[in-house]
Amino acid sequence: MSVDTATVRRVARLARIKVTDDEAARMTNELNSILGFVEQLNEVDVAGVEPMTSVVSVKMRRRQDVVTDGENAEAVTVNAPVSEDHFFLVPKVVE
Amino acid sequence: MTDLTALTLAEARDALKAKSFTAVELTDAYLAAMERARVLNAYVTETPEKARDMARASDARLAAGKAGPLEGLPLGIKDLYATEGVHTQACSHILDGFKPTYESTVSANLWADGAVMLGKLNMDEFAMGSSNETSHYGSVVNPWRRNGSDVNLVPGGSSGGSAAAVAARLCLGATATDTGGSIRQPAAFTGTTGIKPTYGRCSRWGLVAFASSLDQAGPIARDVRDAAILLKSMASVDPKDTTSVDLPVPDYEAAVGKSVKGFRIGIPKEYRLDGMPAEMDALWKKGIEILRDAGAEIVDISLPHTKYALPAYYIVAPAEASSNLARYDGVRYGLRVPGSDIVDMYENTRAAGFGAEVKRRILIGTYVLSAGYYDAYYLRAQKVRTLIKRDFETVYAAGVDAILTPATPSAAFGIGEKADADPVEMYLNDVFTVTVNMAGLPGLAVPAGLNAEGLPLGLQLIGRPFDEETLFTLGAAIERAVGTFAPTQWW
Repeated sequence: MSVDTATVRRVARLARIKVTDDEAARMTNELNSILGFVEQLNEVDVAGVEPMTSVVSVKMRRRQDVVTDGENAEAVTVNAPVSEDHFFLVPKVVE
Repeated sequence: MTDLTALTLAEARDALKAKSFTAVELTDAYLAAMERARVLNAYVTETPEKARDMARASDARLAAGKAGPLEGLPLGIKDLYATEGVHTQACSHILDGFKPTYESTVSANLWADGAVMLGKLNMDEFAMGSSNETSHYGSVVNPWRRNGSDVNLVPGGSSGGSAAAVAARLCLGATATDTGGSIRQPAAFTGTTGIKPTYGRCSRWGLVAFASSLDQAGPIARDVRDAAILLKSMASVDPKDTTSVDLPVPDYEAAVGKSVKGFRIGIPKEYRLDGMPAEMDALWKKGIEILRDAGAEIVDISLPHTKYALPAYYIVAPAEASSNLARYDGVRYGLRVPGSDIVDMYENTRAAGFGAEVKRRILIGTYVLSAGYYDAYYLRAQKVRTLIKRDFETVYAAGVDAILTPATPSAAFGIGEKADADPVEMYLNDVFTVTVNMAGLPGLAVPAGLNAEGLPLGLQLIGRPFDEETLFTLGAAIERAVGTFAPTQWW
């Protein structure tokens, strides 16, 4: 399978990365090179093979359902590029 | 006084306990070495005040007889690890100015054992790269050069700053991380020792996530013993990472120096690549001879799905990365580039904040997870991954204790040498290491010699799950036979 520039633009939109025309053209070539490389996986017979979900066979540990964190709004918002009174500020999203 | 930075971590530990010098003196020696070596670009942030404060506290504990296992030993930390109040950006522009209010579990373990932080180490952006050339802070220069040449070489990646700093003696040891080879490949390029532990051996909490099912923390060190000492402190079970495993952490240092008699070592024929340099093949043979002479039994094995590990990796890792890196949106931390509305702001921020390699992988990951392609790419890759793991399980069930392979297909190459190459050519650097991540196994890279140009070459030992001890025992046997390697200082 290979992609065209329109597909690269659509995927970039899904990934929320703005691309210029030049970048879209370059990335089309690069993505096709990578997709060409991974094509060889089609040679492998995977009939009846379970997809891997966990690399180490251990049972997920559970913890007590209790509050262990919180009440630290200052620490949470201190690295925000724009914040006010412990709220994150973003461009208007609701008219 | 002799140059304190010439000592290994184990030697410095013993000398501090014997009061031959103080932790502050040792730390100052490293801070001076770092200042002289800035041309290598190994550190992106130096923390001299914090280092001296920590060293003074170590001296107090040493005097009081309350020294921890790493008391007063200066270390470098990869920029991927969250360090409280200190630059943590995974060497990306999108985390511009980020200083976490928390500490990663692995680095917290090191400080609890008395270690001293010298600063944060350069790396490929978000650990995506095999040459440390994708860092927002510029390339790291390998302290090794070809005989009679002044051409700057890459240190490998993504943990290139960690490997260069250890090789150039700018720290006693360093933390690193490995998703597809990011500890072992740079270790091989710099003549240092690095181990990627079994998935789950170290907590991933506080590591900037790349591909969560593959990422694992580990040390890069000057020799096998130092790597064993560091891993003992780094490993732990952690309530904040449900994939960290609740198994006792062995005394890895005790495994160094044990006899290899009776160990059965597998030599996989699939790792003999067409076009592999003859000197790499010769190195591999030398490694086999060393282990055989030391009493190990050598057996030929087959890992039939080896060649599919790298293509499967380049589906699984970008898919997980595209999901993990969705969090960088210009709202909660790091860079924000304004836009006409919120989506425009997201798109502008991510366009300006991510470098070319990171964008490439996010787009591949988004594509293979998008509607209509999931089964053809992601699901198939995860099935192939099951087969790769099964290959290893089969040989281990047949009595093989560990597997010996080359660590990389070549020695270090020049900075910029592959700039115009196809991205896949760079990815091939990890062809021998990536299988280990796909199967979640431990892998140790140990230097085994120099090539005709005077550059280090490494071998890789792959072990059973949670059997890092065997790797340290075997790695130490190779090290005993070939010695350790240090570059000639030119900086």
